[in-house]
Amino acid sequence: MPSNTPQPVPLPLESSPRSQFWAGTRAVLPLVIGVFPFGMIYGALALAAGLPALAAQSMSAIVFAGASQFAAAQLFAGGTPALMVTLTIVVLNLRHALYSASIAPYLKPLSPLWKSLLAYLLTDEAYAVSILHYDRPGDQRFKHWFFLGSGLTLWLNWQISTAVGIFLGAVIPGSWSLDFSLALTFIAMVVPTLRDRPGLAAALSAGLAAIALYQLPYNLGVIAAAIVGIAVGLLVERGKP
Amino acid sequence: MSVWLVLIASGVLTFATRLSFIALLGRYEPPPLVKRGLRFIPPAVLSAIIFQEVLIRGGELSLTFANTRLLAGSLAVLVAWRTRNPLLTIIIGMGALTALNLILGV
Repeated sequence: MPSNTPQPVPLPLESSPRSQFWAGTRAVLPLVIGVFPFGMIYGALALAAGLPALAAQSMSAIVFAGASQFAAAQLFAGGTPALMVTLTIVVLNLRHALYSASIAPYLKPLSPLWKSLLAYLLTDEAYAVSILHYDRPGDQRFKHWFFLGSGLTLWLNWQISTAVGIFLGAVIPGSWSLDFSLALTFIAMVVPTLRDRPGLAAALSAGLAAIALYQLPYNLGVIAAAIVGIAVGLLVERGKP
Repeated sequence: MSVWLVLIASGVLTFATRLSFIALLGRYEPPPLVKRGLRFIPPAVLSAIIFQEVLIRGGELSLTFANTRLLAGSLAVLVAWRTRNPLLTIIIGMGALTALNLILGV
C-alpha cells in the first residue's frame, strides 16, 4: 500500500510454514464462532427437509458453501427436481469465481495440488482473511500456509457444526417452526450487506419478482427473480452519478 | 438416488467455479460487466427465497396480520439492519414467531 506517512515497521516475525498456518487459524477464530450456529441450523434444517443424515453431512464436505446448502435443503423439502436444485446451488456459488480471479495472482507459483486444495477451501470467510493477508507487506513465500490454516479451520468448524445440527435436529420436536430459521438465516446473511443503493435495489426487485413468479413450475421463480434482481442492480449502478 | 447426484454434480461445479481463475494462472480476469453482475447474485437469490418463505403461506400470497412470519420476519430485518448481528437476528426472529403464534393462537 503506498502511503505518505511512514508506517511503524512490524517486528521481523520469523515466517515459516508453521507460523503462517497457525496465524491463519487464529485469524478465522472470531469468524468460526459466528459461523458455528449457521452450520448447526443447516444440519437441523437438512434433516427436517427429509435428507438422510449421511447426505446432509456429505453436502457440507462436498459442496462446502453455506448459503447454497441452505437453499438446497429448502428446495429438496419442496420436492424440486434435481436439475433445478443443482442449478440453484451452482448459481449461488458463482460469486466464488470473483474470489478465484482476485486471489489467482498470488497462487501462481504453487503446484497444481496446492491450487486445487486451496480452491476447494475458497469460501467467503477464507477469501476475506487470506486476501487481506496477501495484501499486507512482508515475506510472501509461505502465505499459502496462512490460507491453508484459515481454510482448514473453517472446514473443520463447518463439518463439526453440521454434525451437531444433525444430532440436535433428530431430537428437536416437530412442533417448532424450524423451517422459519431458513428465512431468518438468509435475512441475517443478506441484510447487513445491503449498504448501497444498487444492492438494495437488486434484493428488493428480486424479492418482489419471486412473489410475482412463485407459481412458475419447478421453482423456476427463484432463478428468474434472481435474473431480474441482477439486471435491476446493474441498471441502478449504471445510473449512479 | 437423485440426492447424491445433486451433491456430486453441484460439488464438482462449485469446485470448478472456485478453481476457475486460479487454474488460468491469473492471466485472465472476468469482464467488468460479469464482475459487477456476480456481486448481485447473493442478495438477489437469497432475497427471492426470503420473500417466498415469508409471504407465501399455504401456496398463496398472505399479507395479513394472521401471517405471523411476516411480522416476525420484518422484526428480524430491523434487528439485522440495526445490529448486523446474525445470531441475535435469528434468536429474536424465532422468539417473535413463537410468541406471536402463541398470542394469536395460530
